[in-house]
Amino acid sequence: MAHASTRRGPAFYFLAAFFALFVAFLYGPMLIIFLLSFQGTSGGLTFPMRGVSTHWFVDLWSSSRYGDLGGAFSRSVILGVLSMLITAACCLFAGLAFRRKFWGAGPLFYLSIVSLVVPGILLGLGISQFFQLLGFQLHWWLSALGAHLSWTLPFGLLIMFAVLNRFDSSWEEAARDAGARPAQILAYITVPILFPGLIAVALFGFTLSYDEYPRSLLTVGGLNTLPIEISNMTTNVTTPALYAIGTVTSAISFLVIAIAFIAIAIIQKNRARARGEKA
Amino acid sequence: MSGRSSGSSSPVAPYLQVAPLAIVMIAMVGIPLATVVLLSFWESDGISIYPAFTLANYREVLTSPVTLSLFLKTLQYAAITLVCTALIGFTCSYFLVFHVRDLKWQIGLFLLCTIPFWTSNIIRMVSWIPFLGREGLFNGFLVQMGLTSAPLDVLLYSDFAVILTYVHLYTLFMIVPVFNSMAKIDPNLVEAARDAGARPWQILCYVIIPLTKTGLALGTIFVVTLVMGDFFVVRVMSGGQSASVVSAMKNEIDQLYYPQASAMAVLLIMVVLLMVSAVLRIVDIRSELAR
Repeated sequence: MAHASTRRGPAFYFLAAFFALFVAFLYGPMLIIFLLSFQGTSGGLTFPMRGVSTHWFVDLWSSSRYGDLGGAFSRSVILGVLSMLITAACCLFAGLAFRRKFWGAGPLFYLSIVSLVVPGILLGLGISQFFQLLGFQLHWWLSALGAHLSWTLPFGLLIMFAVLNRFDSSWEEAARDAGARPAQILAYITVPILFPGLIAVALFGFTLSYDEYPRSLLTVGGLNTLPIEISNMTTNVTTPALYAIGTVTSAISFLVIAIAFIAIAIIQKNRARARGEKA
Repeated sequence: MSGRSSGSSSPVAPYLQVAPLAIVMIAMVGIPLATVVLLSFWESDGISIYPAFTLANYREVLTSPVTLSLFLKTLQYAAITLVCTALIGFTCSYFLVFHVRDLKWQIGLFLLCTIPFWTSNIIRMVSWIPFLGREGLFNGFLVQMGLTSAPLDVLLYSDFAVILTYVHLYTLFMIVPVFNSMAKIDPNLVEAARDAGARPWQILCYVIIPLTKTGLALGTIFVVTLVMGDFFVVRVMSGGQSASVVSAMKNEIDQLYYPQASAMAVLLIMVVLLMVSAVLRIVDIRSELAR
């Protein structure tokens, strides 16, 4: 189709080099701290490596210097899973609703955009003060969960819009004409077709919540989440333990991303195969 | 007709479907923002806050010379970051859309650019420290090459480090929307321009850039609002030497001066919304979302 660009000119190599540099810029620093987290026992925050050890990983869990890392970690994972489930469910239904005109659709959409645009710490201040005015206590599983949802739901909604853009609703109509009830249409038609998109929404729901910092800061109450503990460590900890926690939390993020990508890839492959068999 | 095309035919269905999202957004965004506006009229003495209706907080914020310098500093950060992210984002997207022809490679490389978005910003920021520090890799390299006699101090804990971190964290917010609009450009348009005798730079300026405008606008909104809302990067990476609007606000919050912080916040939101609406005035983003 684009036959004029079949030859790779100097522009291609220049741009490819630029892109490669950008990728190095994106991942290079992370690779450095992954390496440095295996620093030897007597090693410091920078190169050279003084031996290779897992000392700093062990130190993270055994030492009490770093505060309640285990507790913070489990709270962050629970919050991430809750945000993921709530985001996927709320955004699925909200996305379906937005296909029709309804009263308040415009303001609700703008409120979601405002939530993305407003500084997170400010929303945290608002939520914490709103809770105090009502006389409610701040809890990580309530106020911080709400703060996380104010961040994950708008992203989920935007992705849902993109997913539904490519969704052919004549499938639903066919099911209705065949006598299916709304719940059956949802369970047997809409959700299965949209499932890869829902995985993407869930991925955003988990990771954005798991790494959330500015909105959590004023809303967690007495018990911190992992990003808050890590941010405290950036100013207090001057050993490679800081990099070790970075390696651990990044590994978890990469694991979650990989699971989501693989799940989507398997579904798409099965669908392609099913289509191939029919043809 | 529109009723037929949706999941169910009942007129209350959309309200039931949207209710959970609407409740969370109103409770966790709408009311909290209203609370901030309310607080900005209250009084405080640094120990607790008292309901009142005073304009003193606004008077203080608007007359303080610090406010102006904070806003200028923040806008400067935002402007430099915007230029860098736009240039990098546009170039990378251009490469992916017009030079990578295999769709699998295109998607793979695009995802490679977006994966860091799902990891911790704090860790990505921290990871610059061993690279930029006095004894860091880059200084070691410079000294070894004989380019400088002593390690450079301006690399870390400086405005340079702050902006570098912003560019590192936020470029993908530019790449995603720019890539998205660029991928929708019909290749036949580029072909037609070429057949009509347009030079490569003319195709770039008169075909590709105009058609990428909405993506650039969306990216601009993201990058500018993210930079203007940050307090953590500026605090850590400048080594406490620089401050932005939100980092100053954070200090007031730490000292329990909530009303003053709220007044500053209201001012900031107004500036941000003004900038966003200016961008929206130039480019119609809703038509892009509907496409």
